[in-house]
Amino acid sequence: MSELLTALVVTCSITTVLALLLVIADSIINNYGEVTLRINEDRELKVEGGSSLLNTLKEQNVFIPSACGGRGSCGLCKLKVLEGAGDILPTESAWLTEDEKKNNIRLSCQVKVRNDMRLEIPEELLSVRQFKTRVVSMRDLTHDIKEVVLELEDPPEMEFIAGQFIQLEVPPYKLTDEPVYRAYSIASTPSSKKRIELEIRYVPNGICTTYVHKHMKEGDKVTINGPYGEFRLSDTQKEMICIAGGSGMAPIKSILLDMQEKKIRRKAQYFFGAKALRDLFLVDEMKKLESQLPDFRFIPALSGPDPSDNWKGETGLITKVVDSYIPNAAGMEAYLCGSPLMIDACVKLLKEKGMPEESIFYDKFA
Amino acid sequence: MSDFALYFSVFFAAVFTNNILLTNYLGMCSFLGASREIKTAAGLGTAVIFVMTVTSALNWVVYYKLLVPFNLTHLRFIIFIVVIAAFVQIAEMAIERLSRKLYAALGIFLPLITVNCAILGASLFMIIRSYGFGQSVAYGAGSGVGWAMAIMAMAGIREKMAKSRIPKGLEGAGIALIIAGIMALAFVGFNGITS
Repeated sequence: MSELLTALVVTCSITTVLALLLVIADSIINNYGEVTLRINEDRELKVEGGSSLLNTLKEQNVFIPSACGGRGSCGLCKLKVLEGAGDILPTESAWLTEDEKKNNIRLSCQVKVRNDMRLEIPEELLSVRQFKTRVVSMRDLTHDIKEVVLELEDPPEMEFIAGQFIQLEVPPYKLTDEPVYRAYSIASTPSSKKRIELEIRYVPNGICTTYVHKHMKEGDKVTINGPYGEFRLSDTQKEMICIAGGSGMAPIKSILLDMQEKKIRRKAQYFFGAKALRDLFLVDEMKKLESQLPDFRFIPALSGPDPSDNWKGETGLITKVVDSYIPNAAGMEAYLCGSPLMIDACVKLLKEKGMPEESIFYDKFA
Repeated sequence: MSDFALYFSVFFAAVFTNNILLTNYLGMCSFLGASREIKTAAGLGTAVIFVMTVTSALNWVVYYKLLVPFNLTHLRFIIFIVVIAAFVQIAEMAIERLSRKLYAALGIFLPLITVNCAILGASLFMIIRSYGFGQSVAYGAGSGVGWAMAIMAMAGIREKMAKSRIPKGLEGAGIALIIAGIMALAFVGFNGITS
């Protein structure tokens, strides 16, 4: 019995002493006090030093995209640090190109905040926020695509640009033990700041799509973060070709409705590819746009219509339809959204038709 | 034998004839994981030398001044692990505070070796072989140097190997283990030196 007690006492006292030492060391050695982060020369954040730049910024509600959560294994959390980060660490160098090294690009998960720093963060990342939302309506657009409307609760409004996407957080459930995040384009327009619409297509066994299609119901609380993405209307006056398939409808719809609201008078054609009639949706709404926008045509096309569909419109793969409508694409701009296969085929076709690569904008739904 | 000669022979044996990596096969995971570049291997090797030397000394004191008097030697595994982990963490914080250069070269590897079995192995071997304090420190330092040497040799070979054609099925860990085996055979040759 006494042997057991001595064992317990000795083990406990050794670990206690070590734990105490660690706590003391942490508060003395690891205490860097308050430091100032100067962002884009116009904004200053007062923060506690001692943890990584990535986590320090997260605590200040600045979310830098990162996939590995700060282990230095994804290389996504790159930021320009002009001053105060010290030399490039061996754990970073594998992720940085020579150009990036010269331009003071660093991995924010490896850089520690110890003193005042000067950083550059892209403006649009500064507006990325986490939002608590509530599902206010869900409806079936097709047999496998659902429209989900989320009402923002905290913060109550989101500023975004038509074409951008958000990340939806799926809480742990049958298919996942930890929260996962999936990106979905916003289908509503930026003028609707309190309510955003998503169009989500069911993928068998997809973690997020199964959650949305089989588990989510009206009234549920959902967390999202965003907005992200460079996909948006350019500020030229070139004629537009929009091509989308499936849930690729979402960002194109947002862009077109935004054009209507802002009275942007660009000539545009919108090719939408689906398999059969049951995969087509929002046709009436798009047809209505033809009369509301000055020069807009909506051309839905079915690649494999069912005989009972009585389809009188265009048939065949979307590339074939675009090919027959557009003799020469030089001088136009293209906005593509859909599966990687569709996008690759369309980019190839448009280039053959004389469109320069920098006039082709796309959002791949991988 | 004078003290110095005694320490030196323990040190020498730990580096060559009883190389902790190549004869005991301890510390394999970081040996395989961090041996792609000589520079990284050198940093990790230095960190191992430093940590092994100091933890051997610390654990010797804890073992003979605490565990032996209280008759608790069977607790050595858990106690050694805790001592090593705490020391590594404090050392990392201190290095980071004191010198950025040293931290970049050495400090960032410290968390990687907290769980390196070679470090614990060295502390356990010094007990099994009943080394005195001086010998233990020499043994810890020697084992560290031996480990560092082995991983740098491996990194050198792998850097050269990057240009050679390796059968598909053996790429990565496969060929690395075969090379480690051949290196171990070579080190066995040192056994002849000890009397």
